[in-house]
Amino acid sequence: MNIVVAIKHIPSIADDLPVSGKNVDFDSVDFVLNEWDEHSIEQAVLIKEAVGGTVTVVGVDLIGELDNVLHLALAKGADKVVKITADDPAADSHMQAKWLAEAIKGMGANMVFAGVQASNDLDGQIGPMIAAYLDMPYIGGVSSVEANGDSATVNKEFAGGAGAKYSVSMPFVAGVQAAPKPPRYAPVSKVRQMAQTATIETVSPSGDASAGLAFKNMAPPVATGHAEMIEGSSKEVAAKIVELLKSKGLA
Amino acid sequence: MSNDILVITEHMDGKFSDVSFEMVGKARELASALGGQAVAVVIGSGVDANVFASDSTLHIDDAALSGFNPEAYAKIVEALVKEKSPKAVLFGWTVTGMDVAAWLSAKTGAPCAAYAKDIRVDGGGFVVSCQVYGGKLMAEVAPEGDMAVIACLAGSFPVEAGQGSTAATATASPVDAGSLKVKFVEAIKPAGGDVDITAQAKLVSIGRGIGGKENVELAEELAQALGATVSASRPVVDAGWLPRTRQVGKSGLKVKPKLYLMLGISGAPEHLEGMKSAELIIAINTDKKAPIFNVAHYGATADLFEVAEAMLELL
Ligand SMILES: Cc1cc2nc3c(=O)[nH]c(=O)nc-3n(C[C@H](O)[C@H](O)[C@H](O)COP(=O)(O)OP(=O)(O)OC[C@H]3O[C@@H](n4cnc5c(N)ncnc54)[C@H](O)[C@@H]3O)c2cc1C
Repeated sequence: MNIVVAIKHIPSIADDLPVSGKNVDFDSVDFVLNEWDEHSIEQAVLIKEAVGGTVTVVGVDLIGELDNVLHLALAKGADKVVKITADDPAADSHMQAKWLAEAIKGMGANMVFAGVQASNDLDGQIGPMIAAYLDMPYIGGVSSVEANGDSATVNKEFAGGAGAKYSVSMPFVAGVQAAPKPPRYAPVSKVRQMAQTATIETVSPSGDASAGLAFKNMAPPVATGHAEMIEGSSKEVAAKIVELLKSKGLA
Repeated sequence: MSNDILVITEHMDGKFSDVSFEMVGKARELASALGGQAVAVVIGSGVDANVFASDSTLHIDDAALSGFNPEAYAKIVEALVKEKSPKAVLFGWTVTGMDVAAWLSAKTGAPCAAYAKDIRVDGGGFVVSCQVYGGKLMAEVAPEGDMAVIACLAGSFPVEAGQGSTAATATASPVDAGSLKVKFVEAIKPAGGDVDITAQAKLVSIGRGIGGKENVELAEELAQALGATVSASRPVVDAGWLPRTRQVGKSGLKVKPKLYLMLGISGAPEHLEGMKSAELIIAINTDKKAPIFNVAHYGATADLFEVAEAMLELL
């Protein structure tokens, strides 16, 4: 089974996101792996463990720091890693999807996985776009994939625990919401070992696509309301909350 | 090219989701500003399609599409867009709409604006406000070109404006279901056997800030002292710290308790979808810029463990 995982390196939302002009100030943010990509890597490795095959992880290197992510992917069980050198932190989903599709085209993938979404998918997610560019079907919100011959049994989630089971002929693209198991932990020593020994295949971006969105503004949301903030030490905060709840008959 | 707005509605078990009505209401407003029509598109069978306040409703009524099929929906919408050349196609940024919106954009070359919270007409085109970066930033973008694909967050527009009784026109599916590579096999029902969090008056809801399974007990203790039940954000469930039955949000359950006490939840749009109409929302978060503070009634920038332990001493 030949599985390709397309990943996205994105500004971390754990910290402040300063704006410069009409976009994120990419120079002053940390880039991290999109959290759903961890699930798609895990799903790919689980399939490899079940039926054999290879897992190739491919991503666009936006700021010259993708190597760490790729070493981590190798430590988690990927067999091969590829980076598309773009050096453009503002590359949108359309551009990245196009470059990824071009890179994936010759890989003979049976299945392509992508994270179901990323927090900066302003112009849509890369998964369905890669599918459109490669003329493969797409299914997102995926919570498990089992390969059986030239098709796969794919579970998709709706809401509240409801979902549906699909049979999908290969090749296809899946947007992974959650792997059947929490993503595995890779020991630091193993990541370090990969950093010393592994080779990262490098390709140049090929193809052109654009989101077609003119940016008018980017800013923190103008809050229509804001919580009344309870000040003080944790003890004082706790006392005030308990008092509030008591006054409302909730404690 | 027309000035029509197509709305791709969604339904499950014979019921349309609120976002379908929300978008139809918005589409009416946009279409009338542009001199076009708001066209509701219903795909699939087993649902009464005469429920929208649209200018017209198209029902692609095919028994082969009774279960959602992303490939079929994508191809049907692609064919409709070719036929009708609309000004915009609205999808829900939902577990079904997300499968098709960006695909259609890449397939047709039309721009896509996702995470849409608001849309307005501006000089013959649109300006879309999108809630990106987990709710930390709003982007205002103007889609260029003849057609825009816009994927709307649930709960962004009023439901009522889209409710009506326009009689639907049934049409045959332009797609041969037999040729599809994606086949719907069967529905998966939610697992039962746990407390029903939608029926609880008080919820203590934990997020990734809880740090690990071993800390869930503290939340359980606090919940017990308050006569509440523990619910959670999605990462807590994905990590296996609580069962799926406890998940609040877009892909979880929608709750409306009297008290929703949040410990270490950032307030991503997908979580807000499930709880923003709770009567009293109190959020504890160490990040003073956490988006949840724009939604909660009361908040504190504090460590959840310290606050929870101190509350336990007082209860
Ligand atoms: C299709 C789809 C459907 C989804 N459905 C859902 C859904 O149903 N429900 C859902 O919740 N999410 C859903 N998500 C995920 C959603 O996008 C967010 O990733 C998720 O809500 C984030 O959960 P969180 O707030 O717990 O984690 P984070 O965003 O990581 O936030 C953790 C917070 O804890 C705070 N914190 C850390 N330590 C402490 C401490 N000691 N004390 C106090 N605060 C602390 C941090 O400041 C941070 O704000 C969905 C995503 C997709 C793509």
